[in-house]
Amino acid sequence: METLVQNLIASGAFGRNASPDMVATIVVFVMSAVVFLGVAFPFAGIVSWAERRVWARIQSRVGPNRVGPQGFLQWLADGVKHVCKEDIIPDESDAPLFKMAPYLVMLAFTLPWAVMPFSSSLILADLNVGILYMTSVTALTVVGVLMAGWASNDKWSLIGGIRSAAQIVSYEIPAGLSIFPVVLMTGTLSMQGIIRAQGWAPQHWFLFANPFTFVAANILYISALAEGNRTPFDLPEAESELVAGFATEYSGMRYLFFFMAEWGNLFIIGAIIATLFLGGWQFPHVTKNVVAMNILEAVTFNVKVLILVFVSMWIRATLPRVRIDQLMTLCWKYFVPISFVDMIGTAVWVAIWPDGNAAMGYIMFAGALALAAVFIQRVIYYLRRSRMEVYFNPTI
Amino acid sequence: MGAVSEYVGNIKEAVSSIFEGMAVTASHFMRKPYTVQYPDRMPVRVQDTLPFRYRGILEVDLEICTGCLACERACPIDCIVIVVDKDPQTRQMLLSQFDIDIAKCMYCGLCSEPCPTGSIHHTTEFEGADYSLESLIRRFVKDPVMAYKPKKGPETDTAIAPILNRGMAYLDQWAQPGGEKPAAEEEEPA
Repeated sequence: METLVQNLIASGAFGRNASPDMVATIVVFVMSAVVFLGVAFPFAGIVSWAERRVWARIQSRVGPNRVGPQGFLQWLADGVKHVCKEDIIPDESDAPLFKMAPYLVMLAFTLPWAVMPFSSSLILADLNVGILYMTSVTALTVVGVLMAGWASNDKWSLIGGIRSAAQIVSYEIPAGLSIFPVVLMTGTLSMQGIIRAQGWAPQHWFLFANPFTFVAANILYISALAEGNRTPFDLPEAESELVAGFATEYSGMRYLFFFMAEWGNLFIIGAIIATLFLGGWQFPHVTKNVVAMNILEAVTFNVKVLILVFVSMWIRATLPRVRIDQLMTLCWKYFVPISFVDMIGTAVWVAIWPDGNAAMGYIMFAGALALAAVFIQRVIYYLRRSRMEVYFNPTI
Repeated sequence: MGAVSEYVGNIKEAVSSIFEGMAVTASHFMRKPYTVQYPDRMPVRVQDTLPFRYRGILEVDLEICTGCLACERACPIDCIVIVVDKDPQTRQMLLSQFDIDIAKCMYCGLCSEPCPTGSIHHTTEFEGADYSLESLIRRFVKDPVMAYKPKKGPETDTAIAPILNRGMAYLDQWAQPGGEKPAAEEEEPA
């Protein structure tokens, strides 16, 4: 970074008297803009296409397959369509708040990318409060959603916004409590520190460190889905009761911003789980070449995240929407007490085995493999029962 | 103890039912989609899969049309217009107009029923969308042609024989001998 700034000043591109601070600021702005425009926004778009294809296959349909190869460019077509649409602002709405709300939701989606640990050196800012920062800025969504619901001056929007606020605030508690076991075991809040405390092999992941972390990982994943307004918990957007919830009055680009943030949040959910419980970018040291090693680590991290993104699509295609009282019951009567048990259990575990229990990792991993085997056996059972041909080809 | 066992039972039920549900959807994910991608991505054209007697857009084989006007009389909405003149020299029937307005046609099939040769018949073509009502009028006679005159014996002209055979086959499939219903329809399942 410093050498880059020195070289830029020496090249004279910023004039002779450019201060290093100013050049460094410009460099950071340009770098973050490249990350958002080149990674975050296309990811959100491509996920919207991939999600529709995955649901379609689960529902024995084809999904969007006409724009570009296998419909891959559908997200560009949708984006252009939304940009071309009229930006309607209702007369009776609170116009400044109404206009601002999508940008706040967008902000909550872009800020976490600052601490996204893609590889051992590919991270914008390795804050020493990384995971705390991550959970705090993602909770900013609630401000934008509530603002959209209130400013629309519409009953559906207001109910949607309030539901979303209640949901996000409630599920922050189990989500926060489920992060504690990992923090207890590592003693750091830094994303890189947490990843470095794990190994590349599954038995060294925190997911399999002890039974409490396994439960905590599941609770964190489900809570994160609830915070991201994903289906079993997409009450704020329940079409049958609330039209489109807080987004009812929005159109064009502002509407797109809400949904871009929703799809982009899938990556952030996956990244949090992968960092805390799945060993992040950890990869065996196969080469001394730093660049090659970083590429391998980035690929590992992204594969883990994309698997989790796929699972969330799969859950969305499987589970029906819960009722609002079921949502609250799940959070306050089940997740919060179990999270406390996890936290205390991990504390006791760490007190007994300060360096972790190596045998437990292998036992847990074997148990997970057994569970996966049972699952595959069930899938084969359902495939056989309907006597239909298996068709793995993703193109049709 | 009741409350605790209910609490644990709820967790167990939720986890196991989601586990089964995910297995069901995973099995569906591995199956071939049912979707038929109709116009352009079909293994065979839909028109080729339809039955011979499918009531699609009407067509006239002018080679075997006798000019009897039975179809024009049978049509309940007058969408068929035929003009037949008698040639003063040869004293033969001369077809100078045979128009069918597909926009009016309701595909009832009453015109193809009385046709003695099966000349007017439905095709399996059903894609009739067009830009104007005028272009939906099918004009079968470009230049006046002689009407077909049925022969006593079998048809000898090799150019007309296959068309006539097809027309008679079309009629045979329509008519039930003796006006009786087919046996399969008579028996009501208990």
